[in-house]
This record gives sequence, structure tokens and C-alpha cells, in this order.
Amino acid sequence: MGSLLQVNNLKTGFHTEDGMQTVITGIDFEVNHGEIVGLVGESGSGKSVTSLSIMQLLHDTPGEIIDGEIIYKGEDLLKLSEKKMRQYRGNELSMIFQEPMTSLNPVMKIGKQIIETISLHLNMSGQKAKQHAVSMLESVGIPRAKDIMNEYPHQLSGGMRQRVMIAMQISCNPSLLIADEPTTALDVTIQAQILDLLKDIQEKTNMGILMITHDLGVVAEICDRVIVMYAGRIVEQATVKEIFNNPKHPYTKGLIDSIPKIGAGLDELYSIPGAVPSPKNMPKGCKFAPRCEHVMDICNLEEPALAMENGRSSRCWLTQEQSQQEGVVGHGQ
Amino acid sequence: MWQYIIKRILGLIPLLLVISFVIFMFIHLIPGDPARLMAGKDATLEEVEEVRQSLGLHEPFVKQYISYMGNLLQGDLGYSIKSGAPVVDLILDRVMPTLGLTFLSIIWALVIGILIGVLSAVFRDKWPDRLGMLTAVSGISLPNFWLGLVLIQLFSVQLGLFPTGGDDAGWKSYILPSFALGAGIMAMIARFTRSSLVNTLKQEFIRTGRAKGLSGTSIVFGHALKNSLIPVVTVAGLQFGFLLGGSVVVETVFSFPGLGRLLIDSIQFRDYPVIQAEILFFSLQFILVNLLVDILYSYLNPKIRYD
Repeated sequence: MGSLLQVNNLKTGFHTEDGMQTVITGIDFEVNHGEIVGLVGESGSGKSVTSLSIMQLLHDTPGEIIDGEIIYKGEDLLKLSEKKMRQYRGNELSMIFQEPMTSLNPVMKIGKQIIETISLHLNMSGQKAKQHAVSMLESVGIPRAKDIMNEYPHQLSGGMRQRVMIAMQISCNPSLLIADEPTTALDVTIQAQILDLLKDIQEKTNMGILMITHDLGVVAEICDRVIVMYAGRIVEQATVKEIFNNPKHPYTKGLIDSIPKIGAGLDELYSIPGAVPSPKNMPKGCKFAPRCEHVMDICNLEEPALAMENGRSSRCWLTQEQSQQEGVVGHGQ
Repeated sequence: MWQYIIKRILGLIPLLLVISFVIFMFIHLIPGDPARLMAGKDATLEEVEEVRQSLGLHEPFVKQYISYMGNLLQGDLGYSIKSGAPVVDLILDRVMPTLGLTFLSIIWALVIGILIGVLSAVFRDKWPDRLGMLTAVSGISLPNFWLGLVLIQLFSVQLGLFPTGGDDAGWKSYILPSFALGAGIMAMIARFTRSSLVNTLKQEFIRTGRAKGLSGTSIVFGHALKNSLIPVVTVAGLQFGFLLGGSVVVETVFSFPGLGRLLIDSIQFRDYPVIQAEILFFSLQFILVNLLVDILYSYLNPKIRYD
């Protein structure tokens, strides 16, 4: 497993009336070949902006990448011309979106939408492109694929549309697929089917998947590694097992505790108090401090760094203090 | 699709019956004795009676309606009181110039209007947008009689490129009046295209298009424009319907022999059979244009077809 995508010190800001507001504050992570990485956080934590930054799809937003590197297969995507970047999108890097209802063109036949991508990148035309589109639809488990080619998005169910979307975005065999909340808008049973499908495709093609979600259930289901984001920065990074068995950051703990448990009463459902601070009103120290149960004096004064330890990292004074103490104890023995 | 079109055409039959009945009633709704009104103030009793006989007003109401509908289906719309010529001939003489003028105006209004709208939407809040919207506001604000006069002064009197009026100079006689007529419609189409396209460009499927690697031009013309055309088609259709009735003002300014002037002349002379026939004709045109717009809707938005 080599590094497929490496994001170094990515900073993205939004143009506002008060000037540039940084919303992604220098994040680093990587996605390897054949790996599914979960990018987790609440609304407003910066997950989607991160994914749009990687694809450089901030056109229709007031956003702009300020600094950093996005190294894909050894090449910095931020240094590419828009024309070159267009050749990568849909071909090398693909993206599927949350709302299958609105993410397909409502007035264009399904077949035409898929063929468009294929003929754009694969140098296939006419019958050949059509055959490839049908086989892609079949590969994502769509029955009567040939008929569906001539139908419009509104004639399909949400789950089917998301399958069409996946078929379209993997039709050029990308190495990296960014899935932005691909199951959030779907029924629970369909969610499981779509996740199985993505896992299946990933195993067959060895593509890397960056799975953006707020649902730790999704993470547990298919991810290998998890990145937890809060207020535009990474607060914890670890394997799925480590995250669920031993979460380090209080925010990650809160997220795990917020998963509804079968058998627990409704009044026992935990939620993290407060909300993600806006970029305008960021707390001075740790950005999670105002919502944290374990807040200490230092938390309000200084922001902790993302500390690496045994291949995992977290951004919290408490865990850093604990590991230091453990380290002292360890030395003493 | 064909099924939908046939269904829509069949649905027009009851509407046409209602309209023909209302128009038939028109002559009976005139206050007082229609025969006397039409014969004129100084007519003798015999003359009034003659008019009554010729219009069949002495017959029972139901019989009048049946014979009116019978004539209508055979294309007989009666005779003009003023000239005595068959009304059908009068209208047919004027239809072609008006149709030509209307088509020319609407075509260039659509082409230029949509182009300005697209450029303004794509370059929103930049100079092409400001220039485009300035043109649009001017097009809406300038009254077409004034524009007509300016055009005549500039292109006919000063430069001598086009005739000052009439329709004797072939295609050249259509250029200036179609410009004067189309300017307002072009402006409206530009504004509607712009606002609709600006909205469409914010939709999520546009982002999907970009994520597929499509260029900006492919996105605007291949994906966004078709999704934005419904309000544009609505406005263009309505304006087209109005224009088919002939524009009184522009036809007068350019001494253009169209339906609009025929209507004004008929009203001045109280030529009721001609007025009646023109109203019927306008209604028919409006219904046909509406049908055309509905069919275009279903082409532009497949959802409408299947619902």
C-alpha cells in the first residue's frame, strides 16, 4: 500500500464581508491505495470543504485554497492548470455526492449522462461507450440496465440514483473516489447496500476511498482508518479499531457516545452540548474547550498541537498530559 | 410523447367550442339593436331590416348559433360592412405580413436575448453582466413607437438603407419594424434567461458535471441551459401570442399592412363581422401558441410528460 493522496498543510478560506476567513487551518493526511479512510465530524467541521478542495471544485462557493499541497501520485494537484485538472476529475479522482435526488441532471437521460463521462476521458465513442455504460450500470447492481439507460433520474428511486451516480463516477476507473456522505439521504436498508457496493468495488479495483460522513456507523462498517475533524482542523487520527476501542480526544468520545444503542432508553441518548464555533468566533485555546467535559485551565489559553503517538495522533492537552505521565512512569520502572 | 400531444389536442375541442360561443354572443351583447347600430344612424327602416336579414338576426337564437357554427366550419366568416368583401379574404391578406414580422421579431429576440442572458449569468456581477443588463433595461424602457421613429430617422432617412414603411420592399421592409417590435421581448428574455440560469448554476448536478471533468462551456450549454429555459419559453410564448395579433403601434409607425391595423380600422368603422373574425382568429392563435409552449415544456422537462 503506497501513498495515493497526500494532503500537506492544506489551508482553505472563504471570502466574507470581513475579508478572508480561514476555515481549513492547515491539515495533513494521506490516503493509500486500496484504503478506505473515513473523514468524520459534525456539520461545519470542514469535511466537505476539504473534499471540494482536493477536487478543486470551489468554483461555485466563495472558497479559495490559500496554501498547501495536494500530492496525488507524486504530482501536486494545486500546481496543475484548470485544463489539466479537468482531465483528472472524473478520470483519476472522482466524487459522489450526498443527494442522489439532485445530483443528476433531471432533464438528461441516465445513459447520456454516463456516456458523457466515458467519451470525455476514455476515448471511446458511439456503440462502444454505450456498451461500457451498460456494463457499468450492471456492475453496480442495476437490473434491466439497458432500459435504465433511456430513463430519466426522476423515474428511479433514491438508492437506484445513487447506484447510477456511483456507476458514472467509477466508469473511468479512478484511483481515488471521494464519497461525500453517500448514504446520508438514503433509507437504512439501502444505506447498507450502497456501503457493501462501495466496499465491493474497492476490493475489486483497489481504489482508495475517502469517505466523508458524520455517521460513525458508516465508519465502523467499511473504513480502515478514521480522521476526525473539528472546526477546520484534525483532532484525531487512528485506525477504526483504535478509535472505537480507545478514543483519545473527548470530541471523538462524544461522537461515539452519541451513537444510539439498541436497548437504551430514549432519554439516555447522549449528545455533545453546544455547537461547532463559527470561523468568526473561534475560541482562543482548544477549539473544543467550550463543549468539553474535561476542560482544564490550559485548554482555554493555548491550542494543543496534533501529537503523534504509536502511529495515531490526537489534539488534546488531557491525552498529552496522560501520555507524558505514562511516559514518566514508564521511565521510572 | 406523441400520446401526450394527441391528448392535449383533443383537450382543446371543448375550449374551442366555448370560445366560439362567446364570440358568437359578441354581436348579441352590443347594447341596443345590433342591426340598427350596424346600419348607421341615418339608415332607413328598410336598410336596417336588410342588415338584420343579411346577418340572420331575425332567426331564433339557437338556429343562429347553428348556422354560425356551420359557416365557421366551412371557413365562411361573413362579409365586411365597410367594403363588402369576404372577411376571410381581408384577414388572409393581412396574415402573411403579420406572421412574417412576428416570426422575425421573436427569432432574433430569442437568439440575442438568450445569448445576453447566458453571458450575464456566466459573468455575473462582472462587466459583461452589467452591459447585458443595461441593454435589457434599455430594451424594456424604450417605447417601441419611439424606437421605431428613431430607426426610421437613422436607417431610412439618413442612411437610406431600409424603406420608411409599407411592405413593398421585400425582406428589407421587415427589418426595422421587427427590430422595434422585438427589442422589448429580447430584453425580457435576456432577464429571464439570466435569473433562471444563475439559479440553475447553483444546483448540485452542476457540481456533478464539474466533478466529471466537464468544461465550463459544456456545463452551461450541455447541462444548465436546458434546465433554465422553462421561464424563458413561457415569456417568449406569451409575447409571441400577443405579436401574432399584430402590433397596432408599430404597424402604424411603419404603415405596415398587418392585422393590428386591420383591427383598428374595423373598430373605427364598427365593422362588426371583421372584429368578430379577428377576435376568433386571435383566440385560435393564442390557443395554438399555448399548446406549442406546453409541448415545449414537456420536451424541456421530462417530468411534465410523465406526470
